[in-house]
Amino acid sequence: MSLLRKVATLSLASTALLTGVFGSAALAGKSDNTIRFAYDQAPESVDPYFNNVRIGVIIGQHVWDTLVYRDPNTNEYKGQLATAWRQIDDRTLEFDLRQGVKFHNGEEFDADDVVYTMNFISKPENKVVTQANVSWVEKAEKLDKYKVRITTKQPFPAAIEYLSGPVVIHPNEYYEKVGPKGQNDKPVGSGPYKVTNYVPGKSITLEKNPDYFKDSPKPQPKIAKIDIRFIPDRQTQMAEAISGGVDFIMHVPKDQAEQLEAVPTLQVVSGETMRIVFMQMNTLENTPAPALRDERVRKAIIHAIDRESMVKSIVGAGSRVLNTICFPSQFGCTDEGATKYAYDPAKSKELLKEAGFANGLELDIVAYRERNQTEALIGYLQAVGIKTNLRFLQYAAMRESIAAGKANLTHQTWGSFSVNDTSAATSNYFGFRSEDITRDPQVRDLLTKGDTSIDPEVRKASYREALKIIADKAYAVPLYSLPVYYVATSDLTFKAYPDEMPRFWEMSWK
Amino acid sequence: MIGYILKRLGLALLVALAVSAIAFFLLRLSGDIAMAIAGEGAREEDLAIIRQTYGLDRPLIIQYADWLWQTLKGNFGTSIYFKTEVSKLVLDKLPTTILLGFLALGFALLISIPLGVLAAVYPNTWIDRLALAIAVVGQALPNFFFALILVMIFSISLRWLPVSGSATWLHFVMPTIALGYYVAPAFMRLIRAGMIEVLSADYIRTARAKGLPAGKIVFKHALRNAVVPVVALTAVQLGFLLGGSVVIETIFALDGLGYLAYQSITYKDFPVMQIIVLLLSVVYVLLTLASDIANAWLDPRIRVA
Repeated sequence: MSLLRKVATLSLASTALLTGVFGSAALAGKSDNTIRFAYDQAPESVDPYFNNVRIGVIIGQHVWDTLVYRDPNTNEYKGQLATAWRQIDDRTLEFDLRQGVKFHNGEEFDADDVVYTMNFISKPENKVVTQANVSWVEKAEKLDKYKVRITTKQPFPAAIEYLSGPVVIHPNEYYEKVGPKGQNDKPVGSGPYKVTNYVPGKSITLEKNPDYFKDSPKPQPKIAKIDIRFIPDRQTQMAEAISGGVDFIMHVPKDQAEQLEAVPTLQVVSGETMRIVFMQMNTLENTPAPALRDERVRKAIIHAIDRESMVKSIVGAGSRVLNTICFPSQFGCTDEGATKYAYDPAKSKELLKEAGFANGLELDIVAYRERNQTEALIGYLQAVGIKTNLRFLQYAAMRESIAAGKANLTHQTWGSFSVNDTSAATSNYFGFRSEDITRDPQVRDLLTKGDTSIDPEVRKASYREALKIIADKAYAVPLYSLPVYYVATSDLTFKAYPDEMPRFWEMSWK
Repeated sequence: MIGYILKRLGLALLVALAVSAIAFFLLRLSGDIAMAIAGEGAREEDLAIIRQTYGLDRPLIIQYADWLWQTLKGNFGTSIYFKTEVSKLVLDKLPTTILLGFLALGFALLISIPLGVLAAVYPNTWIDRLALAIAVVGQALPNFFFALILVMIFSISLRWLPVSGSATWLHFVMPTIALGYYVAPAFMRLIRAGMIEVLSADYIRTARAKGLPAGKIVFKHALRNAVVPVVALTAVQLGFLLGGSVVIETIFALDGLGYLAYQSITYKDFPVMQIIVLLLSVVYVLLTLASDIANAWLDPRIRVA
């Protein structure tokens, strides 16, 4: 099936080239100032607290605003619904709120909205889908009409990062009246775009909010309308792009994006994302692969893999080789002082020999996406005498096997929910959570210190030390970051960011 | 005849029940549903809440019995993903799928009857070979591949038809062809075989001897008789069309039951998945039953067997 599909893809692109009937349809988007955007997955709910998919995040950031805005170019925090904020003590933050902001239904924004939203999401019984995004909130209090205090359960230095991302502010009067279901049926936010039509599972239309507040760090939108359609089939999306039926698609696989580069009405833009790729190695006491408890075997595995070549030939433009288990832009992420392992199959074989595996070794590997990359990893391991049996699973099944301690090697990826802080990455795999199959208490303690200390220098030092131990003891194989490919009509001006967020509010026509 | 119908009906019920059980348990074998719902990054506490909410912490057999009982009562449950009643979701999407099914069936008959007749009237000529070639290609080409070829020709090269969506009748043209072409060969071969048999029958020779015009003999006297088994096959093929629409609707982003089935699989929306599998199998079983009964009614010999 996949081979046939590849043939079909190739033919799609070559037909487009041969026929040479471009130009007419591609102008449709520009002429009515509408971006027609096709995405493969429909969100379960438009309310950002009740979905955990990328398209949900994209819609959320267009329809709603957050207290703080992180400038994607400089990673600097700017006031959005808040104008200023200060740390009162380890667990308390105080915010001055912006005046004169209105929600799409005319409701005025003030402290009540912030207090209501924060208190709503902090209660587990309200079942916010991604608890990790909100479970740090203890409560919020109103000091006056434009001043609030937010208390965290523990000292939580990454609070500002979360408040600039997943934690959007709902209009309290409306939300109280309609609840999450009503907010999904007829969404109301304060963002640069408002929802004007929504057919669950099929399409959603966003229109420019003409009353969007002038001082927002998100610029006033230039594109009048974003027409989002859910098209599950990749080839159909590509055909739509080639024939001018849609203006914007993303997550296009590398080989297919390269085909589309030849189509003159389209532009292909690739960029790095925060999604990191790595291999875990089960070193638990009852590991089904005791060989992995030997540091030499683990080092042999890292030395066996040519990450540079993988990035160049199969991962794609925008990707970079990583040396630690976090994304470089995340606060606290560094490979300073950490052991770096070069591609050295001879050394790898030598290490295996030392460890008593001169005649080779057999291991299982579980994986769930980018199968071609898993296959490359298997090839590299085979070359030094490590035979691996691939178990390619659904994400849920893979997690289950890892959490049960049954995995040997894993081919993992992690997107950190686009949170630009190491606490959202490394701690998930080395902080004794269910997927931690290393369980080094020293690493855990350092990570906890990093996650909960307020002093940025203390945090940086703790993360640096934890990441160094993980690298020195070769607990995991850091591989590379994943790129994302966008294909858009060539007359659209836009920029790709690592958080995989197309920002339609700053796009324009050439 | 009544006894025969009751026997077939009982058998059909058992098949539907077996399918429901297989669908239910296969789904549970595919991995921890709670984890699938929770998605990337869920903690143990989240999983516990989900298991409790959806009753996934109970023994499997109890879950199955409960589900079956609720379903029989007409309570199809709530979609985990879209958070709406499964019955409402299914009813919303059903018309598109039924429309597509009948359009595709119509298309299949429209090309298979003339081709089948032509092949029978001119057996072993180039016309017959051409009809055979069309049939073989139709059976051999996976429908998703054929659909992409259609897209290449009609949307990308010629720009006559929109690629995907369901806004206008133009959006239904390619899905109808892609789906209909898939079932056409079976009809075509059946009509050809039936026609060849009928055309060599005595009463046709008599009609010819009477000096009736050739067209009248073929279409009035012969085709009427040859088309009888096609009626029975139609019922079964309609079931195939419903199954095939999962792929076709997904490719063309047609908002029907097949697309919903695909979405529910992708989003691990097991209440929706179970109902769709059950619904499709019940429809298929009913259609097969109808065709069995029709056959028995037409041919008394079958009733004994």
